[in-house]
Amino acid sequence: MPHPLPNARSTEDVALGIRRRVFEHVIRNNGGYLSQACSAAEQLAFLYNEALTLGPPTLPMIPQPFGGVPSAGNPDYVTGAGYNGPFAPHYDRLFIAPAHYALVAYACLIEVGRMAPEGLEMFNQDGSSVEMIGAEHSPGMEVHNGTLGIGFSTAAGLAWGRKRRGDSGQVCVFMSDGEVQEGQTWEAVQAAAHHGIDNLWALMDVNRQQCDGAMESVMTVGDIATKLRDFGAVVAEIDAHDLGALRQAKAEPHPGKPLIILAHSSPTQGMETLRPRLPRLHYVRFKSDAERDATNAGIAAELGIAPITLGDH
Amino acid sequence: MVELVNRPYATAFEAHALANPDVLCLSADLTSSCEIDGFRDRHPDRFLSMGMAEQNMLSFAGGLGLAGYRPFLHSFGVFLYRRPYDQLMASIAYPRRKVRLMGFLPGITTPGGMTHQAIEDISVMRAIPNMTVLETGDATEVESICAAADAVDGPVYCRVLRGAVPRLFDTPLRLGEMRVLAAGSDVLVVTAGITTEEAIRARAAFDRAGVSVRHLHLSTLKPFDAAAIVAHAAACRYGVVTLENHLVAGGIGSMVAEALAEAGLARRLIRLGLQDTYAHGGSRAYLMGYYGMDAMALVRAVERLTGLQTGIDEAALGAVRLEAVHSVLKAEAL
Repeated sequence: MPHPLPNARSTEDVALGIRRRVFEHVIRNNGGYLSQACSAAEQLAFLYNEALTLGPPTLPMIPQPFGGVPSAGNPDYVTGAGYNGPFAPHYDRLFIAPAHYALVAYACLIEVGRMAPEGLEMFNQDGSSVEMIGAEHSPGMEVHNGTLGIGFSTAAGLAWGRKRRGDSGQVCVFMSDGEVQEGQTWEAVQAAAHHGIDNLWALMDVNRQQCDGAMESVMTVGDIATKLRDFGAVVAEIDAHDLGALRQAKAEPHPGKPLIILAHSSPTQGMETLRPRLPRLHYVRFKSDAERDATNAGIAAELGIAPITLGDH
Repeated sequence: MVELVNRPYATAFEAHALANPDVLCLSADLTSSCEIDGFRDRHPDRFLSMGMAEQNMLSFAGGLGLAGYRPFLHSFGVFLYRRPYDQLMASIAYPRRKVRLMGFLPGITTPGGMTHQAIEDISVMRAIPNMTVLETGDATEVESICAAADAVDGPVYCRVLRGAVPRLFDTPLRLGEMRVLAAGSDVLVVTAGITTEEAIRARAAFDRAGVSVRHLHLSTLKPFDAAAIVAHAAACRYGVVTLENHLVAGGIGSMVAEALAEAGLARRLIRLGLQDTYAHGGSRAYLMGYYGMDAMALVRAVERLTGLQTGIDEAALGAVRLEAVHSVLKAEAL
């Protein structure tokens, strides 16, 4: 099955599709990472639909079952990077640093024609490679980033190596703002700047949310842009839901330095029905059928679709 | 007299790296301490200064591995796994990156005390799936460890000796091969790293006392050749003594115990090394004596195991002590 050319659909349309898919999944499964679709839909749609240079997927549209972990005795092991296309010098590479966004990333793969819709039905099912917290073998993933804070370091190492090899492809990291609480993030940014790694850029979803709630109540991080600049990065700050601004930020020159785009987002964008849940949005749960029904009806109306029909749950 | 080789790692690493263009040299602010300062100065395009930031260094190295490079990470052993353990797991061990972790100052070979002494590194590293664990016991093994480690299809952790290192062996370290240094039939003695030299000293005294020792030197700690250990143990009537520069829990003593138990071979086992304790800062000789990791401790253990009184005392060991060799050694500085 050939995958659609980039821009066969508008990025706005892909973003709406991501929200609708994640919404349907969360309603059907009585909970999930829904807010991440609100904040990040435009960002992931932008990456896959226009910003990244990626080849056609190399793995089956319907993901294979879990094939075992890497070991000397598992020669057929592959990562999920094949959904982003083949490794070639001119292609970009993408790391989804907050692996908890996996559901949103999978929905994006479907929307851009890199994975079949059946893939999402395998989400978090025993024996499936489509894991809840994106694993190396999960579609679109290349490394484990589930502990948060290690993605940018990995990308910096790969980018340094690709630059040394003369690859024209860049390395991109989709990051979350909560990761700036991890010391490793700062180690990575200073190292990327020190070594002049400028074939590296990051898009950070600044939604000001983390597992325990609002970041400012969990751990104040100060002004992220100023700190990143002080550590040596070129920083652009934009509205995460403004695709024109995303395009402009990506074009920011950053010779000798990594570029980090701070995409200020709303954790309820497109689903304002969720707003009363603030500040607990990391994982949306429904305490009762009535609550689920109300959320179903409210968000469906916002997304311009009929409420999700539920079976015997 | 035993030859002392000065900075064998420096020469060996440079030669190996120059012959292998995908080898990179990374350092976490311990460049001269890990004997790669000359390499840094002569080959700056192959050298990456990562600063005092080991968590990033390990994940960064994972990224270099993705780009097809084989980074050699240089630091004190303890700094390569204690703080960056999560990065070691996620960025290096799980994905089987060809990252070579060159851990200097293993065990009590540093006067730096608890923070600098890697006393549980073998235990930690051998528990990690996909990891290979090597240890050097003399200058020849230090000279050959780069090639041996770099031949492994996956990550490798190496305990590397530095400075003036005695040459005990005339054949290189070979992956998976243990050295049979004596083939006696009373007691099996298993050593690795700096404890091998202690056992060699004691062996001469055992010979005079009429105790027949079978002595194995290990340089590949994982994968561990349990079958060979069991076969050697079965050939020794009194039992086994392990002597290691490490905690006895999780290290060579534990590996031997597991091998004997799984084979159902009934042999007594005495495990010498750090006994569920931290060490503190001091010279190598002082610490090995204080914590019962030296030749005298081995003599006492063999006596306990055999019920024999060997008559070996410090004076007897002194007769074979490599004093002239060690008198030129200072306590390891940072």
